[in-house]
Amino acid sequence: MIEITTTRHNPLVDPVLSVWSWEIPVYLFFGGMIAGMMILAGINMLKLAKGERAESFYSVQTPLLGFILMNLGMGALFLDLAHKLYVYRVYMAFEPHSPMSWGSWVLLLVYPVILVSALIRLPQAWPWLGERAPVLQRLSDAIVASPGKVKLLGILNIGLGIGLGIYTGILLSTMVARPLWNSAILGPLFLVSGLSAAAAMVHLTASLVPGHPAPRSFLGGAFAMLVQPLGERPPEPRTADGLVKADLAFLAVELVLIGLLFIGLASSSASHVAAIDLLTSGKYATIFWWVVIVAGILVPLALQWLELGHRIPHTILPALLVLAGGFALRWVMVGAGQASHMIAATGM
Amino acid sequence: MEQLSRRRFLKISAATVGAGAVGSQIPVVSSLAMGSKPPAGKVETIPTYCEMCFWKCGGIAHVRDGKLWKFEGNPLDPMSRGRLCPRGTGAPGTHYDPDRLSKPLIRAGERGKEEFKAVTWDEALNYVADKFKKIAAEHGPESIALWKHGTGARFFEHVMRAYGCVNKAAPSFAQCRGPRDIGYLLTYGTGLGSPEPTDIANTKCLVLIGTHLGENMHNTQVQEFAQAVANKATIIVVDPRYSVAASKAKYWLPVKPGTDMALVLAWMNVLVSEGLYDKEFVAKHGHGFDKFAAAIKDNTPEWAEAETGIPAATIRATAREMAKARPAALVHPGRRVNWYGDDAQRQRATALLNALLGNWGRKGGLYLQAGMKVAGYPFPKFPEAGKPKVDNVDERWPFADEEVTTGLREATITGKPYPIKGWVVYASNLIQTLPNEKETIEAINKLDLLVVVETHPSEIAGYADVILPDTSFIERHDDLYVGWGRQGWTALRQPTVAPPGEQKPAWWIAKELANRLGVGQYMPFKDMDEYLAARCEKSGIDYAKLRKEGILMGPKTPITVEEGAEISFDTPSKKVEFWSDQLAKRGFDAVPKYTAPEKAPDGFFRLITGRAPVHTFSRTQTNLYLRDLMKENEVWVNAETAAKAGLKHGQYVKLKNQDGVVSNRVKVKATQRIRPDTLYMVYGFGHTNRMLKSAYLMGASASQLNTRYKVDPLMGGTSIHQNFVTFVKEA
Amino acid sequence: MPRFGMVIDTLKCVGCMDCVVACQTENDVPFGHCRDWIVTETRGEFPNLSLEIRSERCNHCDNPPCVTCCPTGASHVEGFGKTVQVTAEKCIGCKACLAACPYGARFVHPDGYADKCTFCLHRVKEGKDPACVSVCPTHCMVFGDLDDPKSAVSQLLKSRKHHTILPEAGTKPRVFYLT
Repeated sequence: MIEITTTRHNPLVDPVLSVWSWEIPVYLFFGGMIAGMMILAGINMLKLAKGERAESFYSVQTPLLGFILMNLGMGALFLDLAHKLYVYRVYMAFEPHSPMSWGSWVLLLVYPVILVSALIRLPQAWPWLGERAPVLQRLSDAIVASPGKVKLLGILNIGLGIGLGIYTGILLSTMVARPLWNSAILGPLFLVSGLSAAAAMVHLTASLVPGHPAPRSFLGGAFAMLVQPLGERPPEPRTADGLVKADLAFLAVELVLIGLLFIGLASSSASHVAAIDLLTSGKYATIFWWVVIVAGILVPLALQWLELGHRIPHTILPALLVLAGGFALRWVMVGAGQASHMIAATGM
Repeated sequence: MEQLSRRRFLKISAATVGAGAVGSQIPVVSSLAMGSKPPAGKVETIPTYCEMCFWKCGGIAHVRDGKLWKFEGNPLDPMSRGRLCPRGTGAPGTHYDPDRLSKPLIRAGERGKEEFKAVTWDEALNYVADKFKKIAAEHGPESIALWKHGTGARFFEHVMRAYGCVNKAAPSFAQCRGPRDIGYLLTYGTGLGSPEPTDIANTKCLVLIGTHLGENMHNTQVQEFAQAVANKATIIVVDPRYSVAASKAKYWLPVKPGTDMALVLAWMNVLVSEGLYDKEFVAKHGHGFDKFAAAIKDNTPEWAEAETGIPAATIRATAREMAKARPAALVHPGRRVNWYGDDAQRQRATALLNALLGNWGRKGGLYLQAGMKVAGYPFPKFPEAGKPKVDNVDERWPFADEEVTTGLREATITGKPYPIKGWVVYASNLIQTLPNEKETIEAINKLDLLVVVETHPSEIAGYADVILPDTSFIERHDDLYVGWGRQGWTALRQPTVAPPGEQKPAWWIAKELANRLGVGQYMPFKDMDEYLAARCEKSGIDYAKLRKEGILMGPKTPITVEEGAEISFDTPSKKVEFWSDQLAKRGFDAVPKYTAPEKAPDGFFRLITGRAPVHTFSRTQTNLYLRDLMKENEVWVNAETAAKAGLKHGQYVKLKNQDGVVSNRVKVKATQRIRPDTLYMVYGFGHTNRMLKSAYLMGASASQLNTRYKVDPLMGGTSIHQNFVTFVKEA
Repeated sequence: MPRFGMVIDTLKCVGCMDCVVACQTENDVPFGHCRDWIVTETRGEFPNLSLEIRSERCNHCDNPPCVTCCPTGASHVEGFGKTVQVTAEKCIGCKACLAACPYGARFVHPDGYADKCTFCLHRVKEGKDPACVSVCPTHCMVFGDLDDPKSAVSQLLKSRKHHTILPEAGTKPRVFYLT
C-alpha cells in the first residue's frame, strides 16, 4: 500500500497534466489531413508528369482548400500559445533536436508548396482572378507546360506531406515523460490516419461542394483532383471507387498500427501498461472504443466494403465517420497522453 | 487532498485542492510577478521579531522599492538561528492579505450578524471610551475584562489595569500549556514557560508524547529535532497517528487515545522495578520516592498493555532505551496538552519520568533557562484594585497560577460574584479558542460592550460592537521581547513597512484609549520609539544598534550541571516532589493515578486535533502564501475505517458529535497513518465569519465539535479530545 | 565550470513547506503557483509504516527533455553551473516542455512563458545558497558543485545512500535524496 500526497497545485499541471486542450488536436487533425492531401496530390502529379491519364483521379478541392485548412490548423495552434506576442521567436532559431522546431520549419515550406500547387488551377478555378492577374495565368502555364516542374512539385508535395504527417506523431512520441505517446508507431499512425482523413475530405468535398463544369483540357482534368471542384458531378464511379479503395487500405493499416501501438505499450514498462488503461478503461475509453475504433474505423470499413461491391450506394456517411474518427483519435491521444505519466520503478 | 490517480493501488493526492481553482481565485499580484527573471530593485533590510506565532523568532524584513518583499531569519537570533518557519517566511502574505481588517468598524445590525459600518478612529475610540465609562459608573471598572494573546496585548493590559480593570484571561494557559506548567510547578517548583528548555540538540533519547514536531513548527525545537535525527538519537513517539515525527522514530507507539498516563506510569514502573532510574539524583533531590514507588507498583507493562494497546515488551524496551541514554534522555513536556481534563496530573507524571531519568539541568535533558536583565519603563504606580478577580473565586482550581478563561466566561454568564459587562478581546478568537462555543455566545449576549482588536475578521470579531483594526506585527512597534533560553536575549519589534490601510498599531490604540479614559498619565511617552529608547537607555542597551541588528544577546551563564550550574527546586520540600504533600492536602492524588477513558458509542470515533506547519491557530487561513499551501483541513480516517463507512479518499463528509453538533464539510484523508478508532483534524479551519472571504467555510472547525469538555480540577484547563464523532455523508 | 546539484536529506526533512514559501517570496512566484513542492510517500499498513518526505523541484537534468523539445531555445542549459533555465523573451508558450518534463516541474507563468526553479542563480552568483536551501529549518538541503569531489554535495553522495526521482526516464536528474 502506497499513499502519495503532493502539495503541488500548478494550473494545467495538477492534478493531471492538461496543457493542451482542443487546439492541439484540431491542429494535429488538420495538419495530418493536409499531409494526406499533399501525398495524394503528389502521387497524381507524378503520374501526370509521366504522361499517365491522372485526370481520372477525381478531386473536388477548391484551389485554396489546403490553404484554408492549413490556416485553420495554424490558427488553432496560435490560439494554444501562451506567449503569443513572441510567436516569431520560433523562426529566429532552428533547434535540430526539437521536433516542434522541425515542424515549424516544415510548415513554413508547406505553405508555398500548397500555394504554388493551388496556383496551377487558380486562374481557371477562379477565372475572374485569372483575367485580372495575367501573371498568375503565366505562372500557371509555365508549371503546367513543364513535366519536370510538375514532377518536382509532385515530389515536394509527397516529401513535405510525409514529413508533416509523421511530424504530428513524432512531436508527441519523443516525450519520455508521457508513456502513452512513447512509441515510434505514433508517427506512421498519424500519417495513415491523415491519409484516410484526406481521402475522406476529398470524397466529401467532391460530393458536397457545387463544382464547375469539368474543364475539357487535358491539364484541367488532371489537376482537378488537386485543386478545385472541376470534375463531373456526381463523380464518375471509377474515381469514387478509387477513393474508397484507398480509404479501405488506409483504415485497415490504421487499425493494424493501433494494434501494434497497444502491443508495444503492453509489453513495455509499468508506466506504459498503465497508459493503455487510460484509453481502454479510463476516462477516454468511451470515446476511444466507440468513436475512434467503431465509428471511425470499423463502420466505415464495412460500409465502404459494401459500397465497393455495389451492394449499397455511395454516400458521404463513411467519409463523415472517418473524419470524426480521425479527429477523435487525436483528441483522445492528446488528452490521455497528457494524463499518462511515469510510474517510479519503486512504485510511485 | 485531491486524488491524482488510483491505478495500481496507488493513491496520489495533493495537500491542497486542485489546480485551476486556486489560480483563478487568487489575484496574481502582477507588480510582484517577475517569473524566471531574477528579482530586481532597491532593497532595504529591517530586523524585527516575528509574531506569526508565539515563538517570536528574530527576522529581517526585506523591503524592495518601498514594498515588503520577503522576511528572512535573523542569524543573530537564538530562536530562528537565521531560519524562519513557513509561517514566518510567509509573513508578507499577511501584510498583503486582502481579507484583512482595514478600517475601524461599529456594529450596524444585530450582534453576531456581521453587519458593520466603517467609522473614523475618533468615532470608534470615543464610542469605546464612552461605553467603558458607562459600565464603570454602573458596575465598576472591574466589570470590563481583557482577553489577550500575544505581544500586542501588553499596553491594553496596562491601560485597562490603570483604569481599574483587574479581570483578564489568556487562553494560552487553560487552553494550552497551563496543565504542563502546573504539572512541572508541582514537581520541580517551576513551570517551563516558552521556549521549553529542552536540549533536543544534545539528547540521545527523545520521547514525544503527542508532540508532533515538524507539523508543530516550534522553530528552534524543529531545528534541534532534525539535529537529533541526524545524530541518530533514539526517538520514541507516542501518538495515535503516524505523525511526521513518528516517521523519524525508532519506536512508534500508536497509543489508544486517553491512555497516555497508563503508558507513562508503566514506564516509571519499569525504571523503578528494574532499578534503572537515576538513583543518585533521586536520593539527592527526590522527595517521597518510596511512597511514589509503592503507588506505581501495580502499573506494570502488562497492565498498561491492556489499557494502551502497546505491547508490554515494547513498553519495557522503550523504558530501557531511555534508561540507557540518561541523563541525556528527554521526555518532551509538550505544549498544547489540555487533552482529557486530567492533564496537569499527566504532565506531572511526565515530569516525574524526567526526574527518574535525572535529566534536570543536564546536557541532553532539560537545561536551566538563562535570561537577561532589562529595565522596565518607569510607569506610575497603578491604583489599588477595587474588587478581586472573578475567574477563580475561592480557589476553585487551587493550583491555577494564571487566570482561568472559562472561569471568566462563566462569571460573565452568571453575573457572579459581580457582573462582567464589557470584554476587550485582543488577538484571541474566543469562538474557536474556548470550548463549547454556545457558552461563549451566551456570555457575549450578557455584554454591554464587546471590543475586538484584531488584524483579521475572526469569528469573535463577527460578534463585536466595535472592531479596531490592528496593524500586523511586521508593520508595528511592540514592547521588547526579553527571551529566556540557553542564553538570555532581547529582541526588538519595529515597523518595517507601512500598513496597507487605516490600521493602527496596538500600542497607539491603547494610548488613545488611555487619553479618552482619563488615564493618559499611565502612557507617558510620545511614541514607542521614545518608550523603547528609554527602556534601552535605562538598561545600558545601545538602542541604535538594537534597531540595526534586532537582537542583543545576554550574558552566557552555565545552564547544565556539566557546565557547572547548581540545581535547586522551589517546591515546599525544596526537592523534586515524587510525592506531593500539597496535592494530598487539597484532596488530590499525591502521585498521578490513571483513569481509563470512556468508550466511544457504536459508530463513533474519538476526535483528536493538532497543528499544521503552515498555519497558526485560526489566524492565518487567509494568508496568501499559507492559504496557497493549505486552504482547508482534512479529517484523517484509517483506510479500513473509511472503507467500512463507505467513504472514499478525497470526498467531503460532515462530522457529527455526541451532542448532535454537525461540522462544516471536510475532506476525507483515508490513510494507514492513524488508528482505526481515532479521527484527526488540524484545528483552526471551518471559519464562519463571511468577512474572511477566502477562508469562509473552508474545512471544518475542530473546536466547534468540542462541546463536551472536562475541566482540570487542579488548574482549570479544558479538554479538547473528549469528543466522539461520526460521519454524516453529504447528499 | 561547476555543475550544480542539490542533495536533500529525507531523514531530516519534516515537510514543513518552508522551502516552498521561501521560493515564492524570493522569486515573486505568482500566488497559486509553485516552483517547488512537498511529496510524501507512505508505505506499509497500520501500524507498520514508513514515510519519505521530499522537497521536489526542477531536477536540472544532465539530459533535460524540456531543453530538447524547445523549438526556440528559450529552454536552455545555462553555462553557469550547467543549470536548466528559461529565457522568457524567447518562449512562445507552446507548453511542450511542460509535457516533456517527467517531474511536472514546470508551469505557465500568468504572463505566458514557461517558468520553473532556477536554482536561484541570482543568489548563487552572489555566493548565497538558493532560497529553499537557506531557509530550511532542518538544514536538510545542501547545494553545490557535483563535479567538485570536495564539495559538500559530492561528499554526501559518497557517504550516504541516495536516490533520484524517476532515474528510468534517462534524464540524469541532479537533485538527490538521501535515505
